[in-house]
Amino acid sequence: MSGEMKNYALELKDIHKTFNPGTINEKVALNGLDLQLEEGDFVTIIGGNGAGKSTMLNAIAGVWPVDHGSIIIGGTDVTSLPEHRRAKFLGRVFQDPMTGTAATMSIEENMALAARRGKGRTLKWGVTKPEREQYREHLKMLNLGLEDRLTTKVGLLSGGQRQAVTLLMASLQKPDLLLLDEHTAALDPKTAAKVLELSDEIIRENHLTAMMVTHNMKDAISHGNRLIMMHEGRIIYDVRGEEKKSLHVSDLMTKFEEVSGSEFANDRMILS
Amino acid sequence: MILLALNPLSLLRAMPGACAQGLIWGIMALGVYITFRLLDFADLTVDGTLATGGAVAVMLIRGAGMEPWAALIIAFAVGMLAGMVTGLLHTALGIPGILASILTQISLYSVNLGIMGKSNQPINVDQYRLVVSSRYISGDALLKFKFYGGVIIGCLILVAILYCYFGTEQGQAIRATGCNMRMAKAQGINTNFHTVLALMISNGLVGLCGGLYAQYQGSADVNMGRGAIVIGLAAVIIGEVLFGKFCAGRKMAFAFTMVSVIIGAVIYYAVIAFVLWLKMPSDYLKLFSAIVVAIFLSIPYLKGKFSKKGAVKQ
Repeated sequence: MSGEMKNYALELKDIHKTFNPGTINEKVALNGLDLQLEEGDFVTIIGGNGAGKSTMLNAIAGVWPVDHGSIIIGGTDVTSLPEHRRAKFLGRVFQDPMTGTAATMSIEENMALAARRGKGRTLKWGVTKPEREQYREHLKMLNLGLEDRLTTKVGLLSGGQRQAVTLLMASLQKPDLLLLDEHTAALDPKTAAKVLELSDEIIRENHLTAMMVTHNMKDAISHGNRLIMMHEGRIIYDVRGEEKKSLHVSDLMTKFEEVSGSEFANDRMILS
Repeated sequence: MILLALNPLSLLRAMPGACAQGLIWGIMALGVYITFRLLDFADLTVDGTLATGGAVAVMLIRGAGMEPWAALIIAFAVGMLAGMVTGLLHTALGIPGILASILTQISLYSVNLGIMGKSNQPINVDQYRLVVSSRYISGDALLKFKFYGGVIIGCLILVAILYCYFGTEQGQAIRATGCNMRMAKAQGINTNFHTVLALMISNGLVGLCGGLYAQYQGSADVNMGRGAIVIGLAAVIIGEVLFGKFCAGRKMAFAFTMVSVIIGAVIYYAVIAFVLWLKMPSDYLKLFSAIVVAIFLSIPYLKGKFSKKGAVKQ
């Protein structure tokens, strides 16, 4: 009932998704997934390989249609919308730094593309002068010296720089929901820490609602106000607030072994 | 010894025609550049579209009494339609890009025969005020000057229009679609729509080229586009190989790249004129073109492989 009274930032209702149904490669990826996010929630998502973490983010983003269930972002049912029409609600950063930006286009062009997320593409100039100044200011925030390289092709940047720019792009047009899909996994530890810090900053300053998939349980505990653990396509553990703050990595491991009955060591999760 | 038997003057005489052809085909090469490089789509529609542009232009001028320049606009529009068919086959019906373009190309063969009623339709420069004609380059100095000046200015205007267009929101959306489709979708770009749009613009240019070339050679022929894609690719690659370094990092690099593609087409025809002068039988021309394109397309790959081996040795 309350779901109809109140608009959640995100509501997933009984989402099911099976890949390659009826074939030998059949894989139930999401199996009755339910989730409600409050405005301003920053939820970290952990779980073993194939638990459905990235699949959940892709379902929200509309990479493919779900088999069953509904996806409601800020009160708008987007279940039947194609990916590009959901984009106006979403900021996205991917695991592969190459995915979030267009390599053959300049930094300012990439930012301009992002600034027009959810808008029609007209015959007006792609990057205007006042915009350029605005992007310069935004880029200064990164402390990477990119503000002097507006016309540099993004393909010439390092992975960390590209992720930083992608994060900035995701926030240019304030999204209703920010989806971070293991966005630091492909970076070296030092750069990963920096990008994570930047993510925190952007989420805090823009008061964003965010979901972050991570393999690093420490990060999952130390970031955000809520933590969920997934297993076999649904959420098996959901903590928030003080309870989350007091969590230890060992608690999560125990929890995981409890529900999955498998040894954690087999998994790709990073324990350090 | 054979070389002694060749007449340098005849090579010189062949060059004006080669330049003219290169400039006209350069317009098609721009179209190929848009799909092949910007959209990352191997579009074989162009072989059909070129002849369609020629057929439409000739039939409109002869049959409907249309002004030759106006017929070019229709040739452009019809080319866009052909591109739209390929685009919709690919995006709306999910047919792989190359296959979709082959289907359109094959069907255009019938369409072109339908438009012309037979496989070849001549158009006489003495009867119509053609925009371009091979006759103009054998005319007096003023006519020559007007011809080359007109064609070069026309090409530059096209480059300027395309340069501006690909700097607009829409043009950038096309480039993003071609560069990184996942990113484009994540930024709310309708990648299907922009793929179709790019194919339409590209084939519009090819249709325009067909209309011009039919006027230039004095006829439209159902086979005039056969192998056009190879010529277009050759022009793109020659332009990139010779002028890539010059264009990179420069302000308005994209405009320079497009000009170098047109120059690439001119060089292609100059080389063709050269090998024909060397008495290579013209039957082997297409084989020769294909080999040249294959060599240049493989260079980046082989370079990468070679440098990797070097790295292992270290």
